[in-house]
Amino acid sequence: MIERVLEQEEVITQVLAADNKINRHLVPTWHIDVLKSVDKALSPLLEFTDALSVQNTKKIRNRRLNRCFRASRESLKMEPLADVPLLPGEERVIDKDIIYMCPFSGALKGKVFITNYRLFFKSADMDPAVTLNVPLGAINRVEKMGGASSRGENSYGLDITCKDVRNLRFALKQEGHSRRDIFEILFRYAFPLSHGLPLFAFLSQEKFEENGWNSYSPMQEFRRQGLPNDKWRITFLNQSYELCDTYPTILMVPYKATEEDLRKVATFRSRCRIPVLSWIHPDNLAAITRCSQPLVGMSGKRNKDDERYLDIIRETNGTTSKLTIFDARPNVNAVANKATGGGYEGDDAYQNAELVFLDIHNIHVMRESLKKLKDIVYPNVEESHWLSSLESTHWLEHIKLVLSGAIQVADKISSGNSVVVHCSDGWDRTAQLTSLAMLMLDSYYRTLRGFQVLLEKEWISFGHKFASRIGHGDKNHADADRSPIFVQFIDCVWQMTKQFPTAFEFNEHLLVTVLDHLYSCRYGTFLYNCESVRDANEVRTKTISLWSLINSDQTSYINPFYAAESSRVLYPVASMRHLELWVTYYIRWNPRIRQQQQSPVEQRYKELLALRDQYLKKLEELQLSDSTPHLANSTAPSSASPTQRVTHLHTPF
Amino acid sequence: MLSLGSGGGKSAKPSFVSYVTPEEIKLTEKELSRKESHPDLLPGEVVFCSASPILKYTQDDLSQRGVFGTLFCTNFRISFISDEDPLDEAQLFKNKLYGENDIPLTCVDHIYGGYDEKKKLITGGQVRNKYPSKIIIHCKDLRVFQFALTYAKEEEAKKIFQGIIHHSLEPKSLKCIFAFSYCEKATSVSDIQKIQRTVMFDTVEDWTQEMKRTKGNCKVVSANEDFSLSPKLPQFFIIPTAVLHEDLTKFQGKGLPIWCWSHHSGCALFKTASLPLMQEDGFSQTYKIYMERMLNAVAQTHLYSVKTEELSDTLPTIQDIQQSYSRFKQFFLIDNTTEFWLSDVKWFSSLESSGWLDIIRQYLNKAVEVIECLEKENTNVLIMEEDGSDLCCVISSLVQLMLDPYFRTLAGFQSLVQKEWVTGGHSFLDRCNHLHQKDKESQSPVFLLFLECVWQLLQQHGPAFQFSETYLTVLSDSVHVSIFSTFLFNSPHQRANIMKAESPQAQRGPLNCPTVWDWSLQFERKAQDLFTNPLYTEKTKQDKSLRKTYRPKHQRQLSLPSSAFKSTPKKGFFKEETDSLKKMLRVKRISRWLHSPDSAQASTQEFYEAWQRKPLDYHGLVLPCLDGPAMRVWMQRYLRWIHEVQIFGGGAITVTSKLADLVGEVQELRRELERQACQADSNPRRAAVLSKSSVRLSSAFPFAHSRVWSFKPAIPTSLLKSLMITGSLADQDDEDTEAVGVV
Repeated sequence: MIERVLEQEEVITQVLAADNKINRHLVPTWHIDVLKSVDKALSPLLEFTDALSVQNTKKIRNRRLNRCFRASRESLKMEPLADVPLLPGEERVIDKDIIYMCPFSGALKGKVFITNYRLFFKSADMDPAVTLNVPLGAINRVEKMGGASSRGENSYGLDITCKDVRNLRFALKQEGHSRRDIFEILFRYAFPLSHGLPLFAFLSQEKFEENGWNSYSPMQEFRRQGLPNDKWRITFLNQSYELCDTYPTILMVPYKATEEDLRKVATFRSRCRIPVLSWIHPDNLAAITRCSQPLVGMSGKRNKDDERYLDIIRETNGTTSKLTIFDARPNVNAVANKATGGGYEGDDAYQNAELVFLDIHNIHVMRESLKKLKDIVYPNVEESHWLSSLESTHWLEHIKLVLSGAIQVADKISSGNSVVVHCSDGWDRTAQLTSLAMLMLDSYYRTLRGFQVLLEKEWISFGHKFASRIGHGDKNHADADRSPIFVQFIDCVWQMTKQFPTAFEFNEHLLVTVLDHLYSCRYGTFLYNCESVRDANEVRTKTISLWSLINSDQTSYINPFYAAESSRVLYPVASMRHLELWVTYYIRWNPRIRQQQQSPVEQRYKELLALRDQYLKKLEELQLSDSTPHLANSTAPSSASPTQRVTHLHTPF
Repeated sequence: MLSLGSGGGKSAKPSFVSYVTPEEIKLTEKELSRKESHPDLLPGEVVFCSASPILKYTQDDLSQRGVFGTLFCTNFRISFISDEDPLDEAQLFKNKLYGENDIPLTCVDHIYGGYDEKKKLITGGQVRNKYPSKIIIHCKDLRVFQFALTYAKEEEAKKIFQGIIHHSLEPKSLKCIFAFSYCEKATSVSDIQKIQRTVMFDTVEDWTQEMKRTKGNCKVVSANEDFSLSPKLPQFFIIPTAVLHEDLTKFQGKGLPIWCWSHHSGCALFKTASLPLMQEDGFSQTYKIYMERMLNAVAQTHLYSVKTEELSDTLPTIQDIQQSYSRFKQFFLIDNTTEFWLSDVKWFSSLESSGWLDIIRQYLNKAVEVIECLEKENTNVLIMEEDGSDLCCVISSLVQLMLDPYFRTLAGFQSLVQKEWVTGGHSFLDRCNHLHQKDKESQSPVFLLFLECVWQLLQQHGPAFQFSETYLTVLSDSVHVSIFSTFLFNSPHQRANIMKAESPQAQRGPLNCPTVWDWSLQFERKAQDLFTNPLYTEKTKQDKSLRKTYRPKHQRQLSLPSSAFKSTPKKGFFKEETDSLKKMLRVKRISRWLHSPDSAQASTQEFYEAWQRKPLDYHGLVLPCLDGPAMRVWMQRYLRWIHEVQIFGGGAITVTSKLADLVGEVQELRRELERQACQADSNPRRAAVLSKSSVRLSSAFPFAHSRVWSFKPAIPTSLLKSLMITGSLADQDDEDTEAVGVV
């Protein structure tokens, strides 16, 4: 106990010394944590020591605490334990004096705290302080930099690569193996699964008003779409993941197809991922169905059941036109897949279908593309040839291809043709295409809750391999299975919100939050590869859903410009002229890119709304005070008012 | 794949003729009953020739689809009148001077002739015995028109072709410009009151007032009232008090430091037409002594410090600007869909290779450098350039725009253009090449470059500007409408001369051409509302009292610590001035050795970052972020006519219009409240019903309004060929790391 207090004392004196120096230029956010910690730590200390000038400290403390606590309500939600704001269930592991090699402000002395959830750094000698708050889940790779004999200042330390488009470098004192313990601890807690430790999501004790696990129910969602109907039925064939272990338990299949048919079709589809319904058009009943590639192979195998099954799908909405099969891959890749037993639907076998290749590249191409993008935006934005550098990453070109693929799917559905979408296994590109097309077609998915349903349904339940693609808690950073497919999808959604700023109920903050927790491992939502594994790990009972966080504080995720318009199809323009780099996500760590808490447009809108309410209230009060005498002539002016109103509509200031 | 051009098919009107063949045309010709349609002529407008039937292709597909009508050529415009009854839609943003199928002659950029599938650039003066089957007109406001001449009688077709070429491409004299015929006949002379408090800077009072407003301590000179001093200088201008009267008359005003604006600290910005200092002839010594005296005079304005900058040393020249813009605009002059999607793939690198954004960046950066001197070091700045009326105009007006919030109001901005550009003697006539001179050396979109820079600032700091993007776009279009005196002349001197000479009755005084600031000539009151930016708020409290004094004072900002007396060796571009010109020249040479441009760059960046760290005050100094991702293409101006990129029901305009609606509503409520407060017999009607505009807008709003809306998506063609992904990665399967157990 004494030891612990002494340890604290040292920290506190240091912090206070630094604190006093910059007494006059207080910036609340800087100090909040320090002050809380001082407050916390001082209370036990007071009993032990009179050496510290209690009077002074107290004065400073009280004055600042009052100011600071008012300033930051957000951090109050967290339990202020010691120096780091800790989450319930979060525990401190180690802290150390360190130098953060900030690419923007140079070497910064400070202290790093590592918990079982995050890495937290606070600089000691900067005003305002530079802080880092990195969930360990976002760490991709930890490496030692330099050796004990390395020359040059700050050449000995740690190099941390993050999944969220940044790198961190820390320098330590060269003597006494000072980095050994911190390196080992970081390595252990950043990659818990590689060390037999649980992910933080299983340790978190956070409590929320709403249970986010209830935000998606497959049955309810099907019912919303008017399903089942006389053409589509629910099958429980996959109740215990017997038919397909990467599919959800409840599947929507054509009414005419028997359970036996489904089993037969499963033998001809890669990983048994048979065509099932994702979405149905409420008016023309055209359906988006998804699956994996057919197992055609080199010999060009055929399967009568599969062919008949697709024909049944085509007939479900009574059209006579062909069924469109969208193969997300480039043609050559589809051909190449024959060598490994896969392939595509040939013309001879599927005579009532037309096959369209959407030319979207595979996970490896996407991974390299994002890597190149990171190179040109972090730490510094490429200056001399920004545009051509951006082009050479191909990132936006891939976005364009994914979007234009989804547009084609949505267009077919709008004109009454059912479609089948697949790629190789039907869990990467397929998920992108179906979910984006659904976002274009169905305004429900553009609401805050609808978007959660969309992600839960098309991505999580249909087995997008989050664990493999992200590598949660896994030290193998070079794993070729990793790929930013989901990031790319969210980027596409962002592009759509940019093109249709009033069509989405949620805002950019939601998208960034989703991406942050894609990596953080704080919530169970994006853990594991598919529903069956999630069930086995009891994710729903042992972890918290990200939607608990979101739905318990919806206001910060709401787009104030949202204008609900049901049954409106959104066709974004998939031209490079309109696609832009998502600066506020990919370049958000760069202080030169002005980070505004709220866009000026949003702020102005909210001010105006408040003003309007204020005026309305005043007007009401005025009318109440002298309403009775004028009731008689109230009808005449109000009938004239619409025209009058219109003329004033665009009056300038 | 979806078929191309399926979009327009469904919405085709009866008179839209698809895949017209000559046989069909015989039939339609009879049906067309040859209506005597005429464009609504403006006062003074005369029709030169006309031809019909002419087929105007709809721009957005290759299917030879179009609409028939009559093509006119008048002394003002090329006009196409459709045989179809015009759609009776209430166009909010209709230009009263020219319609969507009219091209003012001065707005024609290039004309191409289509000769059997070959596209040839037509230049004036060439032999034109054979007229093309199709003419393609590229306009300076980036519209593209395609007309088929083959259906008209040969005589008529030939005549209209020659007429168009003659009037829109061949050199003409200034007095043939339409403005003169127009204002001779036009009855309504623009009312100064209507021009919204725009200061014209054509009187001594305007200048005195401006100097008072900025608390400048220089003197107004009216020695040039009759242009005897210099034909290049305005009638009235301001110079440092220390300049002696006898110095005024030397070198025709060259080398005279003309005051632009005073910083609140007392230092000021000056510009001058530089003297040829480097010449080794007899004059050069006189020049040097004179220049030295002038610099001394400038230095005495504040703290005996001055920095000079020869702009043409470090900035792209007007020829660079012209060349870059010629490359840049090509990306938007799209003839057909295929061409568009092909060019889409290399969009970013094409954009970069045009260099246009980089030129904008360099000019903005130079303005920031000048601001750093004024704001941080409180030194006087003298910018120089050969004529002092191109690069100087851009830089001085940008500096003032960023420093002085008054210039970010609508009236203030117009006054700024009057001050720096119109009376400042920018050669609009030559730069815009209104007279189609063959010698194109002097043609350059310098003013457009300025508007581009303003647009960049506007999109980065929206709430700081009272005017909108639409305003800037319209202003950039108006440059090419030859009615406004604003953009017609090379100098106030030329303007005064011509106006006097062209006046029909000399005794009635000079002609009075309207200025562009009289927006009621082009747009209805309601349409003009789109010029204001709903994000803008006026400065509260202190400013309100100031507003009563008619013109708001420019905002005082907190200055960074003054270091005017210390030498600042960091600056690379700006040369330290003391008392000797010789020293100045030496310093100039040395500075090239000692200070690489990088260090100046670093200093400017530091200045920007220091500014950025402070809370942003929209009524104070605003600086542009010049990082790659922050520099953008002025979408509204450049993409508005391109069908493929129109976002139907989307675009930033959806938010802006929502905001504007709300602003309107709040104002309505405020008025209602005021009415109720002052009137006892106020009626109790509920004024505030949500006024949602039900009309769906497209991203091209308010331009390209009457296009047939397609609800089919634009689907990029030829995607794969474009994607140059090589290497083994692309060929791999997603799951190559796993053993594939499915064979």
